[in-house]
Amino acid sequence: MANKIRVATTSLAGCFGCHMSFLDLDERLVQLAELVEFDRSPITDIEHCTDCDIGLIEGGVCNSENVHTLREFRKNCKILVAVGACAINGGLPAMRNFIPLEECLSEAYLDGIGVENPQIPSDVELPLLLDKVRPIHEVVKIDYYLPGCPPSADVFWKFLTDLLAGREPELDYELVHYD
Amino acid sequence: MSKTITIDGKTIPFEDGQTIMEAATAADVYIPHLCHHPEFTPHGSCKLCTVKVNGRNCSACTFPAAEGQDVLNNTQELIDDRRKITQMLFVEGNHFCPSCEKTGNCQLQAVAYHLNMLDDHFPLFYPNREMDASHPDVLIDHNRCIFCALCVRASQQHDGKNVFAISGRGINKHLIFNAESGQLKDTDLDKNDKAAHICPTGAILIKRTGYQVPIGQRIYDHHEIDEVSLATTEHQHGE
Repeated sequence: MANKIRVATTSLAGCFGCHMSFLDLDERLVQLAELVEFDRSPITDIEHCTDCDIGLIEGGVCNSENVHTLREFRKNCKILVAVGACAINGGLPAMRNFIPLEECLSEAYLDGIGVENPQIPSDVELPLLLDKVRPIHEVVKIDYYLPGCPPSADVFWKFLTDLLAGREPELDYELVHYD
Repeated sequence: MSKTITIDGKTIPFEDGQTIMEAATAADVYIPHLCHHPEFTPHGSCKLCTVKVNGRNCSACTFPAAEGQDVLNNTQELIDDRRKITQMLFVEGNHFCPSCEKTGNCQLQAVAYHLNMLDDHFPLFYPNREMDASHPDVLIDHNRCIFCALCVRASQQHDGKNVFAISGRGINKHLIFNAESGQLKDTDLDKNDKAAHICPTGAILIKRTGYQVPIGQRIYDHHEIDEVSLATTEHQHGE
């Protein structure tokens, strides 16, 4: 186990769609598992990452916890990868950037149709929202980008097999999609 | 003997009055572009067609071809410059491809694919822009406008109308409509006008047609823009 490539993954302001697409590797996951082991990831439930080779980040940055998580990944991963539209440009969650945060919270928790016992959640356990959702390259240095909503399993496969073989990863035309 | 220029070492004939873009297109050489359209007067605003002519950067769509010009087009330096320009176009607007009807048929996206643009590189502006859904058949989403002015030119030069103009400067630059109210519904735009179909991005959309072709089966899903651009004389992608 000791000389396997260590991979960590997380979803920040994302929908886990990129993780689901990763799981679409299906039987290729068995092949992959011979070469890599997973550190921090929703797949393992490990809560913090330690020295890793590759970090895959899904989602943009929408709250203070996202910032801490992203920095932890940057600190511990030799190669950090922005996975999917949200990590790259904020994606769907960033569409709240055009509405003031107070209005968003009021609509969701105070004035929205069907809201009972209206109150804006303020438990200390809850991470504070940022005023805007940002892509992750604005917070830490990113080494590679895998566009797509989500990137297909073939994109993950091509990227990881290139990297594991010591090649500079390259995505052919058919593998590059923003949708 | 016809006059010639060279593009990346290849000899290309041209006629007097032709731009470098026109000579290149006639010889099946693709130069990336967004604001250029063969039917309309060149605008020279998007700068994607930047080529090196005798060592100096010029816009191929506006620069006249002249005997003996040595033009560089497909160099790594120019490809890198064009990718940066495209990234700037993306970050100064709001281009959320997964939620855009035009995805797969969008020339901005297709140029980015062609240049293997995988990220935005720059910090995003997230400018606050409006939509105009007032017209019964045509929707304007200012978030996606790149100010190429193709709709402005198509309306004036093809449709014999004057529906669109660009107004304002810098981050406040925006497309305006020729009506007292400022709303599209009060202009004489018709959904069959060339101007309604010429947008290279998803800024001008025909209502109720967006998903007639499923995502995954659209033009640029399987064909690169250089191939499509050279194969189509009628540059009207997206329906």
